[in-house]
Amino acid sequence: MAASDQLHERKAVISGIGQSAVGRRLNRSDVDLTVEAALAAIEDAGLTRDDIDGISTYPGGGMGGAGFAGPTTPEVQDALRLQLNWHDGGGEGPGQIRAVFSACLAVAAGLARHVLVYRTVTESTAQGAGGRQGIAGAVGSGRGIPRFGGTFQWLLPYGAMSAANWIALVAQRRMYEYGLTREQLAQIALNGRRNAALNPKAIYRDPMTLDDYLAARMITTPLCLFDCDAPCDGSTAVIVSHADYAPDTPNPACHVNAIGTALRGRPNWDQFDDMTTMAARDAAAAMWARTDLRPTDVDVAELYDGFSILTMVWLEELGFCGKGESGAFVADGRTIALDGALPLNTSGGQLSAGRLHGFGFLHEACLQLRGQGGDRQVAGDPEIAVVANGGGPIAGSMLLTRGAG
Amino acid sequence: MSGSGGRWVACRAVPADTEIRPLGRGPSIRVLPVLNDTNRFFWTSGEDGRLRFLRCDHGHYVHPPAPVCGYCLSHVLAPEAVSGRGTLHSFTVNHQQWVPGSDRYVVGLVTIDEQDDVRLLTNIVDCEEEELRIGMPVEVAFEQSEDVWLPLFRPVR
Repeated sequence: MAASDQLHERKAVISGIGQSAVGRRLNRSDVDLTVEAALAAIEDAGLTRDDIDGISTYPGGGMGGAGFAGPTTPEVQDALRLQLNWHDGGGEGPGQIRAVFSACLAVAAGLARHVLVYRTVTESTAQGAGGRQGIAGAVGSGRGIPRFGGTFQWLLPYGAMSAANWIALVAQRRMYEYGLTREQLAQIALNGRRNAALNPKAIYRDPMTLDDYLAARMITTPLCLFDCDAPCDGSTAVIVSHADYAPDTPNPACHVNAIGTALRGRPNWDQFDDMTTMAARDAAAAMWARTDLRPTDVDVAELYDGFSILTMVWLEELGFCGKGESGAFVADGRTIALDGALPLNTSGGQLSAGRLHGFGFLHEACLQLRGQGGDRQVAGDPEIAVVANGGGPIAGSMLLTRGAG
Repeated sequence: MSGSGGRWVACRAVPADTEIRPLGRGPSIRVLPVLNDTNRFFWTSGEDGRLRFLRCDHGHYVHPPAPVCGYCLSHVLAPEAVSGRGTLHSFTVNHQQWVPGSDRYVVGLVTIDEQDDVRLLTNIVDCEEEELRIGMPVEVAFEQSEDVWLPLFRPVR
């Protein structure tokens, strides 16, 4: 693509990364966790808070159930007394990393130079406090059952209460069209658990076998407990800087090579034209159209696993295997292992390391490109990583490179 | 959470229940839609036993209800009864007790016979788990709950 050097996202780098404590029921506020991650990221980037002139998050603003949204940008701005030239938050866009995409475009446009981007969840603490019981809580409270409008009215009357139900329809359809098996699906969870054993911050680190997986409690067929990610508390922050800062970063800057933002199918969980792919298809295609890099160039893949089946979808739509072939691709577990041809979800993913909601994958991709993966570092000095976020009608992906590529 | 602002999770699991419950028709409590001038025709259509969708003057069915036809941008839209027949596009048997006291139930995704890109998420009823097959023909079977007639679907026998 001749014009690719002119891509605006290539004017951006991830100059620093930071992450708070990650765990179950930490009983710390979302602002507290975010400040911890933000200060770590700012220091990691060789900056001080006085250098930060932009902020962005997904989603902020009270969206979703208790513990989901994380603090608003004004709360974080005020906690750190940031003086901003640009600020942005919201829950609509190409997946959770839409906040990173908009930061890239902001620095490319000269609206900001160093943007603090964060994603914070306190879902485990909220769950422990009974704040995430949703409909069940309303039933028990005697306050009556709320009615719903908007998109939810087409889902909730039938007890399709969770993304687990909506995504299970994707998994079942893939079993029908492609002969996907539970044993193949299990490999995403088993791979995550193997890698999590090497990640001191992971939620679940005990070994898991295929028998453990197959014996687990069913949630909504064909998805069992281990196909669903683990709610946790934690904040992940990155600093998106203009690429001309890259030579000055204390750690290797991770260059943004291309972003995938498209959504061409109908933006609904139930009406999307192809239930076996959904929005990952469009985001991935858009990303590859913006780069000369090819799937075979990728050294590390960090592919969203809010539910295991979503990783399978991303593997295919990003072109690491043919359509319908992800089951066979992962079946022996070796191809996607740390020492395999395509090391996948190297921190353990959300299934085992905790549901940091997309940004955990971004953080891990940067660690791997910087050679700071510790016991789980992929050998051979990985230079190119892909990060994918989201599932169903929500998806975004990006390619990161060590060096300007 | 209310309205359409949040897209990810309506609610999460209540404590684990390892007992395998029988297959029921749906959750123990139906969370119902807010009726308004846009959707009332759909949610009350079953009062006379017929399923209806908006259809434009060029013959396109439009769902969910919208002020304009997504195909031809016609503004001339009116509810029109359909056969109530469809095809099971996908399904899941829900085990999780999102709503306490629920049996297991089948969440299905049904494509209507009249137009293959109009789908309804629904419950599949009067059907054993072993009978469930993607591609199976199904027909509407309404269940009234307060002022709402929920279009559920059962196998065509």
